[in-house]
Amino acid sequence: MEQEMVLKNENSLTSSLKQMLLKLTPSIKKDGIIKSLKNTGITLLSILLFIGLWQMGSKALYNKEANYRVEIALQEQGEAAAVAERACIESGDSTCQPNTLPSPSQVWASLQSLIADHKVIRADKAAFVEKMAVTNEKMISQGQDPIVYTGRASFVDIVLTSIKTVFAGFLLAMFIAVPIGIVIGLSPSLRSAFNWFIQIFKPVSPVVWYLLVFMIVKTLYIGDSSDNAFVISFISVGLCAMWATLVNTAMGVSSVDKDYINVAKVLKLGTFQKVFKVILPSSLPLIFTGLRITLSVAWMVLIAIELLAQSQGLGLFVWEEFQNGANDSNSKIIVAMFVIGIIGFLLDRLMLAVQNMVSFNKNEMA
Amino acid sequence: MAYLELNNIYKTYGEGDGSTEVLSNINLTMDEGEFVAIVGFTGSGKTTLVNLINGLLQPTSGEVLFKGVPVTETSHERGVIFQNYSLLPWLTVGQNIYMAVKEAFPKENKKALMEIVKNYVGMVNLSPAINKRPKELSGGMRQRVAVARALAMNPEMIIMDEPLGALDALTRGNLQDEILNIWSQDKRTALLITNDVDEGIYMADRIIPLKPGPNATLGPEFKIDIERPRDKTAMNDNPEYKKTRNSIIEYLMDIGDERKTVSDVEYKLPELTPKSFVA
Repeated sequence: MEQEMVLKNENSLTSSLKQMLLKLTPSIKKDGIIKSLKNTGITLLSILLFIGLWQMGSKALYNKEANYRVEIALQEQGEAAAVAERACIESGDSTCQPNTLPSPSQVWASLQSLIADHKVIRADKAAFVEKMAVTNEKMISQGQDPIVYTGRASFVDIVLTSIKTVFAGFLLAMFIAVPIGIVIGLSPSLRSAFNWFIQIFKPVSPVVWYLLVFMIVKTLYIGDSSDNAFVISFISVGLCAMWATLVNTAMGVSSVDKDYINVAKVLKLGTFQKVFKVILPSSLPLIFTGLRITLSVAWMVLIAIELLAQSQGLGLFVWEEFQNGANDSNSKIIVAMFVIGIIGFLLDRLMLAVQNMVSFNKNEMA
Repeated sequence: MAYLELNNIYKTYGEGDGSTEVLSNINLTMDEGEFVAIVGFTGSGKTTLVNLINGLLQPTSGEVLFKGVPVTETSHERGVIFQNYSLLPWLTVGQNIYMAVKEAFPKENKKALMEIVKNYVGMVNLSPAINKRPKELSGGMRQRVAVARALAMNPEMIIMDEPLGALDALTRGNLQDEILNIWSQDKRTALLITNDVDEGIYMADRIIPLKPGPNATLGPEFKIDIERPRDKTAMNDNPEYKKTRNSIIEYLMDIGDERKTVSDVEYKLPELTPKSFVA
């Protein structure tokens, strides 16, 4: 019969999943149609307005830099050079283009080129794997390491590396912060013992965390030639982001409704039962709020940490494009910016969905 | 030997200058199988008294004896129905009761425990709602779950802390009957804390008013000599009922007035004349 209740639980899980999907798909109620059309219209309009402003802004910046270049040519090399410079800029020759905020169309073109580039690299990789298949099999049978593709990473690979790093960091943060949070939430004396520690380390900047992790991991990996950039970056991300979960968990556990504690006392639950059946379930909503903040902080600090750790992710991509200074570098940076923003948004939505699923008092959460 | 004995109970919250004595000199004895109601104003320390009896709180001085043994902690022998239901919102009705039953009968197997759960859920007419969560239930239904949870542990004594205070009159009446039914079936001992004199007269053998706090203490007891089962509508014409009701209300009104006069400080108002902005 308890199994039956568990089954019922699973049913309610799937039903809440269904409800979630229903909420995500636009409602099909008659009144809803006009309202959702209106909302979509307003969103579209604001996107168009944004792109228009962006276009105008980039155009103005472009003109300013072009005029300045022509002016300089006129002052330093005379009339003929100025005319040549203007002609060069207007011809669209890549050697003399102003390097400024890219226009929306340039960014779009960069996105296309990044995708095309990804396809080329993927084909390249597939060909390589096919070519090396026989050799690798032989090498494995001889007990040697197989030869892997070590060519340039495509944009999609870079994004995947970043997502992998953020999830590894997030899991690390969760496995550190939730248990510690529970323990210090349960014991007021441990809470005051840990308090200074939390207060001092919480505001430390991601860059400093990276340096600290670098010092330790570098020594641990000493004599090992393998790439430790991924390890360093995910540990730094985890350490930066775990504080919200730690504080929220401790708060959730220490502020359980007194009524529930009284119930536990009247039913004479043991300590273990009290923690797992009463205290933890009642603090789950707060723990998940903490985890949601942790995930968004993790994604935010990731970019800076990848840049420092030279991990093949979006952070390094942005920095390398900036150092590169090629004609389409600026527009690639803007593409990366949008990708970062969109992925961050999707991660937050994901956590929100999970959070809504586990919280028992949905109405109070709002 | 009395079943439950409260001897010279004092309860003080806080320490030093900031302390308030909520209960002073409380004496009460209850016999087995008796139904006693304690009636009092809100904020008179009723919940504190309940928590002293069920073992959630310890008295500052004096002692609570349950079957001759001092009460130092909660016990399965004394079931509690809390004022605000106190159901765990993440568990279903069945799971809430199952949790209690499992603690009360640790030796029984799952099947037997589920049988008990089903029985008590049926007893409070909630069988269709056994797999619902508290937030899906109305206030009356939640209170019935709390009643079922307390009774399913098969306590010898039921302690009820304003169990029906938040319910509408109709639901209240129904639940009063349900509680009385269960009480009379197994002849348990029951202590009801309430702010409703009629509820007390309808349900209890004895009514004891609690004078308002701080320093709340018990007043003289009123015996209710009306035969059970009592009929709500017929009771209104019962002269015994009228007499008891009037004397209790009169007593409560008197101590209410007393409280007012005690706290009636005269404030001297400053002499002010409105300022004229015109002339």
